[in-house]
Amino acid sequence: MASLTGAQDRRTTAPIPPLAPAWSTMTRVIEHRALQYRRTFRASLFSSFGIPVLFLTAMGLGLGGYVDQNPDPTLAGLTYLQFLAPGLLAATVMQSGSFEAAFPILGGLQWNKIFHAMFATPIRPVDVTVGNILWIALRLTLVAAVFAIVIVAFGASRSPLIVLAIPAAVLTGLSFATPIMAFTATQRTPDKFASLFRFGITPLFLFSGTFYPIESLPELIRPIAWISPLWHGVDLCRALMLGTIGRDPLLAVMHVAVLVAITVFGAAAASRTIEARLVKG
Amino acid sequence: MTDPVVAEAARQTENDVAPDPARDAPERRAGTEPLIRARGLTKRFGEFTAVDGVDFDVEPGEAFGFLGPNGAGKTSTMRMIGCTSPISDGELSVLGLDPRRHGPQIRARLGVVPQADTLDNELTVRENLIIYGRYFGLPREECARRADELLDFVQLADRGKDLVEPLSGGMKRRLTIARSLINEPDLMLLDEPTTGLDPQARHLLWDRLYRLKQRGVTLVLTTHYMDEAEQLCDRLVVMDKAKIVAEGSPRQLIERYSTKEVAEFRFAPGIQETLDGQFDGLAQRIEKLPDRVLLYAEDGEDVVIAARERGLHPETVLVRRSTLEDVFLRLTGRSLVE
Repeated sequence: MASLTGAQDRRTTAPIPPLAPAWSTMTRVIEHRALQYRRTFRASLFSSFGIPVLFLTAMGLGLGGYVDQNPDPTLAGLTYLQFLAPGLLAATVMQSGSFEAAFPILGGLQWNKIFHAMFATPIRPVDVTVGNILWIALRLTLVAAVFAIVIVAFGASRSPLIVLAIPAAVLTGLSFATPIMAFTATQRTPDKFASLFRFGITPLFLFSGTFYPIESLPELIRPIAWISPLWHGVDLCRALMLGTIGRDPLLAVMHVAVLVAITVFGAAAASRTIEARLVKG
Repeated sequence: MTDPVVAEAARQTENDVAPDPARDAPERRAGTEPLIRARGLTKRFGEFTAVDGVDFDVEPGEAFGFLGPNGAGKTSTMRMIGCTSPISDGELSVLGLDPRRHGPQIRARLGVVPQADTLDNELTVRENLIIYGRYFGLPREECARRADELLDFVQLADRGKDLVEPLSGGMKRRLTIARSLINEPDLMLLDEPTTGLDPQARHLLWDRLYRLKQRGVTLVLTTHYMDEAEQLCDRLVVMDKAKIVAEGSPRQLIERYSTKEVAEFRFAPGIQETLDGQFDGLAQRIEKLPDRVLLYAEDGEDVVIAARERGLHPETVLVRRSTLEDVFLRLTGRSLVE
């Protein structure tokens, strides 16, 4: 009886083909982004080296030479260059992450519509979202690694734990990238990106302990740093590169937890807004 | 407003007993399922109903068209079939599967040519094909092999290494068609494949689509060009205001809703308005448009002679065969392309 029903079922309903595994569909998204990146790879690598060299020279050596006349009593022999380097690392990766979540994502949804092309195939909206986040993570890893190499070349790291500052900086970048990606998917033009960078990213860059300890800020505006994901990233990278992470491991754990939470929240939001956008057409 | 033919058609469509050539078509074998089956298919966006309870079947190997003006619900229907837009109500099965549950699996077997190009301008023509093949999980060498074959098919072999950006609109459409074939689809969905192209580019595209049809590829296309529908479609539905208003082959639709010929009279500005009642009895049906009068008859020349005898002197006279445009005018009272 069961086999009879089975035979009948086969005639009226097609056998359901297996779903392509998520790792596979997601990888296609990364593959496409990598193929695009190949064209701009050289210019991008050049600026990845150039930016840290410029900043570390101008601010670390130039400004630092002036600042170092007034040394920090808590860290014997700490130069301004050593203080600044981790802040710049985290801040630069933050800016890259923000940029990558804005223009290329809007491009894929609005300009050349390649994400819509992907959605017409077995690739699902969630693959588009996660694939892009993973791609941005790869891009940021390259930016952070190059920056770290330049820092070491400048003699600006005091600890081999700088190796761990690379993933810490990438995490900082992602904590900006995923919420911005969620926002980008609700936009049809880049008009609001200018405001986002002017009123969001730039103030955080200036007030998150990148260039000076937040304790130097007037007490009234110090909370800006506390709610800034960048401050968590800067403080974490600094503790790793100065070798002071052991002084307050709980604080380091908190930094990581905050950055992971924001990244995950942003990714969930991005998954929703990107799906809504792709379904809308 | 009580046009008996239109009223009859509406009744038939409602009762779903409209003459359906697919049911008697020789390729329809007992036990074979239609590739697409829609019953009461509906798409709503908030308060707005884009597709309002439409029924249709698409059989394997046929070229099936949705003809209608902009905003008729053609694209919404296509996107539901393409499993990129969830259905609001009714039933839809594509390749025997349910789009709500098996979207990615269905999409794996579709070839989609969207209304707006979704090519990657930053990549070359060939890279666009290869990466698209990768979306379907095909091995790289296989993608490359198929890409070269398809570039030949759409006559773009010499542009393979060029970036997409400088290609003409017609070339981009051909590339999009090539791209949609990379997974050797069971069903092709083409949403206004030639809109915005010049006549030469359109004919080249039609030729390629015709070849696909001859190879047995099932084509589903939307268009607001009646000549495109007549050239390519074995069978079509006319859509207007979210509903299907007629169904049949181009020839059947013309036979059912129009006459064999049409005489088109154009008068000097201001004259047409003064001729009330003068056309009565000249033809089986008379349609007054703002710029001309259409007289439907079995023999257009007879109408022209009879009109001259009545002392009517149009500035220009055109006698032509009926087209789907006339069918559309009859069914909706409006032109297809405004």
